[in-house]
Amino acid sequence: MGRKLLLEHINVPGINTLEVYRKTGGYRAVEKAIKTMSTDEVVEEVKKSGLRGRGGAGFPTGMKWSFLAKPEGVARYLVCNADESEPGTFKDRYLMTNIPHALIEGMIVSSYALGANTSYIYVRGEMMPQIRILEKAIAEAKAAGFLGKNILGSGYDLELYVQPGGGAYICGEETALLESLEGKRGNPRIKPPFPAIAGLYGCPTVVNNVESIAAVVPIINDGGEEYAKIGIGRSTGTKLISASGNINKPGVYEIELGVSVEDFIYSEEYCGGIANGKRLKAVVAGGSSVPILPANLILNLVNGDKRLMSYESLSEGGFTTGTMLGSGGFVVLDEDQCIVRNTWNFSRFYHHESCGQCSPCREGTGWMEKVLHRLENGHGKMSDMDLLVDVSKKIEGNTICPLGDAAAWPVASAIRHFRDEFEWHVRNPTLAVKENFGLAHYADPLPELVS
Amino acid sequence: MLKVEETQSVEFSTELVNKFAEIVSRYPEGKEKSALLPILHEVQAVNGWLSSVAMDKVAAYLNIAPIEVYEVASFYSMYFLRPQGKFVLEVCRTGPCCLVGAEKIIDYIGEKLGVKEGEVTADGLFSYRGVECLAACGFAPVLQIGPEYTFYENLTTNSVDQLISDLKDKASKS
Ligand SMILES: Cc1cc2nc3c(=O)[nH]c(=O)nc-3n(C[C@H](O)[C@H](O)[C@H](O)COP(=O)(O)O)c2cc1C
Ligand code: SF4
Ligand code: FES
Repeated sequence: MGRKLLLEHINVPGINTLEVYRKTGGYRAVEKAIKTMSTDEVVEEVKKSGLRGRGGAGFPTGMKWSFLAKPEGVARYLVCNADESEPGTFKDRYLMTNIPHALIEGMIVSSYALGANTSYIYVRGEMMPQIRILEKAIAEAKAAGFLGKNILGSGYDLELYVQPGGGAYICGEETALLESLEGKRGNPRIKPPFPAIAGLYGCPTVVNNVESIAAVVPIINDGGEEYAKIGIGRSTGTKLISASGNINKPGVYEIELGVSVEDFIYSEEYCGGIANGKRLKAVVAGGSSVPILPANLILNLVNGDKRLMSYESLSEGGFTTGTMLGSGGFVVLDEDQCIVRNTWNFSRFYHHESCGQCSPCREGTGWMEKVLHRLENGHGKMSDMDLLVDVSKKIEGNTICPLGDAAAWPVASAIRHFRDEFEWHVRNPTLAVKENFGLAHYADPLPELVS
Repeated sequence: MLKVEETQSVEFSTELVNKFAEIVSRYPEGKEKSALLPILHEVQAVNGWLSSVAMDKVAAYLNIAPIEVYEVASFYSMYFLRPQGKFVLEVCRTGPCCLVGAEKIIDYIGEKLGVKEGEVTADGLFSYRGVECLAACGFAPVLQIGPEYTFYENLTTNSVDQLISDLKDKASKS
């Protein structure tokens, strides 16, 4: 069994209450940080931990914190990104539902480190039950003296509020989130300036994912160096993986970074293998935005080594043969799934969620959806695959925010790895509407494929 | 494109206005506009949808132009700009849920209610629509029902039957 830092006490009855959470050692990090550490010392521990942002981009959290501008007399803000809308990702909801105090405690320690006196947790509006849970947890923490004025007699003040979103994937992008928190449409801002200089209300702001903030608690309790001992290479610590699709045990798993993909999919500790005795066809390893890989490439690297669940190993091979850890939304497709349909579905999602500010994203996502729809429904042409690749290239890198890239990658990678399945749809239009291409050679040993 | 229905007369109760005031107090002075999204959720929870009359009143309350409210209400998917069924069944239609049968559940709900996506049943009780990933992909297929956004997970045709009959009971008792 791997070490658990975030979910260790998840099954303790009543862990959602302050009382039980404290009995399991909760709020020690707040006491330690506020009573015995300077703000710089807290930042230093987070740097030492090697923690990388768990929201998708994997940017080192300690470094991000150290970029925060600190002009005299200007408020600074910490905003927690609990928008969780990346298809395949459901770990933040799980954490907030079951151990809300882990997030509240992390918010207090992190706000202290950054010198923020008002912090917000921006939760997607559909998570109304989680909003109620967090509000209750905040009230409990405040009553116990961990929030409000003069926390634990230290002179440090902090107010923490929960802000509901209105239903828009784009509000997970940090600058769109800040616009939304200011009561506007969620249109991403042009960077620079980065939020660290001009964020919420034009003030210096850090935006961090729920899991990143919760991870600060064990980092402060045990020390950054202890945290960095877990994991592999620059992928330190534990990561919550949301596992879904055609597996025996879908759910949220806390892994030590570095377990093999094969173990993650097939061991009883995690996904428990492919459901209904089927075989593995493909995996989207880090949320819908990352490249999809066929079975052979997700399980093994091109050199034959096993692929691991880490930032580096998942991206080994770049976009030619690799993917990304992303948000940890691990979606498993069995042999009965249609790659064309799945790709169309994702592209409809991105078209629907494009905020419409940049033409390549607004128009390109629409085109991709349309072409994929006709391929899936038996009206495709052989030239459509090149057309899709062409459109995806025209979007990638040409937009204000990364949603454009996120829309382009799944399409480009599906065609790269599953082109014969797309061609089969064109050649067998009536059959393709009813039946599936199946597993083909996607699970065959690698060397033949690569050469 | 945006057709705003004008028919509803809207009164904000004292309780609701007190709630608005509490929300506004969460932001620094001069940044009251931040209260817009949460206030729209409160108004929709009471009225079922957002009429232009209601949005104008929100604008007046926050001292902003009505267009600032319309552009927000029309941008986000959770705000309804026309009347809905008493219960809006919002089923996730995104990839991971479709791997385990979400499309069949959506079709089944449509057949069962006898209306198309977005339409309201004759008794005014139900409407349904497909929505994007609800961060519950491990418990798929899933649907949610506002205004508290209660989740119903691991849906089957049987559990959908049960849910719809429970909601009918609930409506006949209220
Ligand atoms: C389209 C888009 C959607 C995103 N959605 C989320 C999200 O739901 N949750 C999240 O934490 N980060 C999301 N991100 C990443 C954020 O912009 C940001 O990098 C992150 O919140 C930073 O926190 P971290 O450093 O702790 O990961 C998204 C980014 C993009 C471009
Ligand atoms: S890339 Fe798409 S979502 Fe991002 S700002 Fe441009 S139009 Fe909006
Ligand atoms: S895809 Fe349906 S909840 Fe995520």
